[in-house]
Amino acid sequence: MAFLKLSSPHAHGPMSTPRVMRLVLLATLPGIVSLTWFFGFGTLVNILWASLFALAFEALALKLRRRPLAFYLSDCSALVTAFLLAIALPPAAPVWLIAVGIGFAILICKHMYGGMGYNPFNPAMAAYVLLLISFPVDMTNWLAPRGAISVAELPGPIDALLRSLGAASTQFDAVTMATPLDLLKQNDALLLDDLWAQSPQFGQFAGLGWEWANVGFLLGGLYLLYRRVFTWHAPVSMLASLTVIAALFYDGGSSASGGSPLFHLLSGATMFGAFFIVTDPVTSAVSNRGRVFYGAVIGILVYTIRSWGNYPDAVAFAVLLMNFAAPFIDHYTQPRTYGHKPRQNREKS
Amino acid sequence: MSETSYRDISLNGLWKNNPAIVQLLGLCPLLAVTGSVINAIGMALATIFVLTVSNTCVSLIRNITSDAVRLPAFVMIIAAAVTCIELLMQAFAYELFQILGIFLPLITTNCVILGRADAFASKNPLLPSMYDGFIMGCGFAVVLILLGAMREVVGTGAIFANMDLLFGESAANWKIVLFDDYTEFLVAILPPGAFIFTGLIIALKNLIDTEIKRREAAKADTSAPSSRRVRVTGHIS
Repeated sequence: MAFLKLSSPHAHGPMSTPRVMRLVLLATLPGIVSLTWFFGFGTLVNILWASLFALAFEALALKLRRRPLAFYLSDCSALVTAFLLAIALPPAAPVWLIAVGIGFAILICKHMYGGMGYNPFNPAMAAYVLLLISFPVDMTNWLAPRGAISVAELPGPIDALLRSLGAASTQFDAVTMATPLDLLKQNDALLLDDLWAQSPQFGQFAGLGWEWANVGFLLGGLYLLYRRVFTWHAPVSMLASLTVIAALFYDGGSSASGGSPLFHLLSGATMFGAFFIVTDPVTSAVSNRGRVFYGAVIGILVYTIRSWGNYPDAVAFAVLLMNFAAPFIDHYTQPRTYGHKPRQNREKS
Repeated sequence: MSETSYRDISLNGLWKNNPAIVQLLGLCPLLAVTGSVINAIGMALATIFVLTVSNTCVSLIRNITSDAVRLPAFVMIIAAAVTCIELLMQAFAYELFQILGIFLPLITTNCVILGRADAFASKNPLLPSMYDGFIMGCGFAVVLILLGAMREVVGTGAIFANMDLLFGESAANWKIVLFDDYTEFLVAILPPGAFIFTGLIIALKNLIDTEIKRREAAKADTSAPSSRRVRVTGHIS
């Protein structure tokens, strides 16, 4: 009589990769809705193009690597990369820009390193950085938010689609505006209150629209936390360290001030990064203690680059730098193996 | 040295042991100055010249230098050759000299040159050493120019820009614009592009090598007589 030889572990988690990926896609919804409400249909058009390209490039890469198509395409990991990059790009970005970004993310950042689970860098963020340093003009072309311009000037679905194809009328080129982080960076003469009063892009706490997009991503992130897709360590330590360093360098609103902690928490890609990028299980540190370090340094780097670096937002750069450092962090934060003494004691004996 | 060894030297320098994509030596100029074809050609010519001259001189003195001082002696020879090419470029292609900047004197520290001097020229007679230096330089040059062409096309959408820096006034209109209205893809010209494209060239070379090996194996298979195993007696357990 033959027994099936099963090897451990015998208990397996209920979370399969496709399930996790679908939950992540679902959790981006509140953020996408608020981005769409404030910036028009551009984000949705981005997502449409990015998803199409991501599936096409994923299929191409799988075919070249002679891997089963249906199995890997249905795990939605390419779609998650597509959604994350599409959200990070300016709304209604040119279609070739999205194609270049997704191609780099899927072909070079993901499949050249061995595919799903082997990539040392977050593909969406690496592609974002590639586009940012290659095409600075197109990448800083943010549309103005609802509230700063009239509702009629917001691009509808057709306008956004035409704009992404480069066929739009000049109407929408006129209504791009500097992002709040950009304004703050370039400001060196006005007190923050005056800057706030002069620029229509600012809202109650941070940028108009931006604050609600951040709240949306925060809600999505809390949902993922509730469903135990990731642990709290990395995002909480990132937000905490960002708050602490922003508070340390906030002097109440002089022209040299870096903006209040609340401004930094609700600006740019803070919440999106904290809950959707920093929590990437492949490229972040592995142990819980390691994730605390990982997130904390990202928070510090975000503020550092935002305030004293060359670029207005910094989440992508900070995440890539810490992706480099993740194996190093793992080396020094290895948890004690069950049944063994802690590391220091073992070395003494 | 027999006749066939020249063939071996050529094959080694250009393909099997290519300094840039197999030995991965001299990556500093390879990555730094291949932003355009003209820069790559300038660096390629300089490297070929220095490699040939240094291999020749090293081969000439190979029997009169002791092992203890051979490396300093080689470096002195290489530095002298580099100074020559630097002065020549300053005289005849001053703008290119300015573009190549620090990477021209840095040829002195290029591992390809010291590597060939120590590994080949110090053990071989004059003519093969000279030929090896020239061919190794050519192998390096081919990769440099290929890389420069790829990066220039992807980065700017045109090729052969500014050729007049090296080839005189008549070369000023050699520039070919491949794509009109091309948005500059800066990453290809910036350092990351050098790494990515070098990787792609190495991958291409490995792909060709595997294909050649596969074909040879297939040929060997068909030439072998097909034998069918016939069970004659007893049982095979």
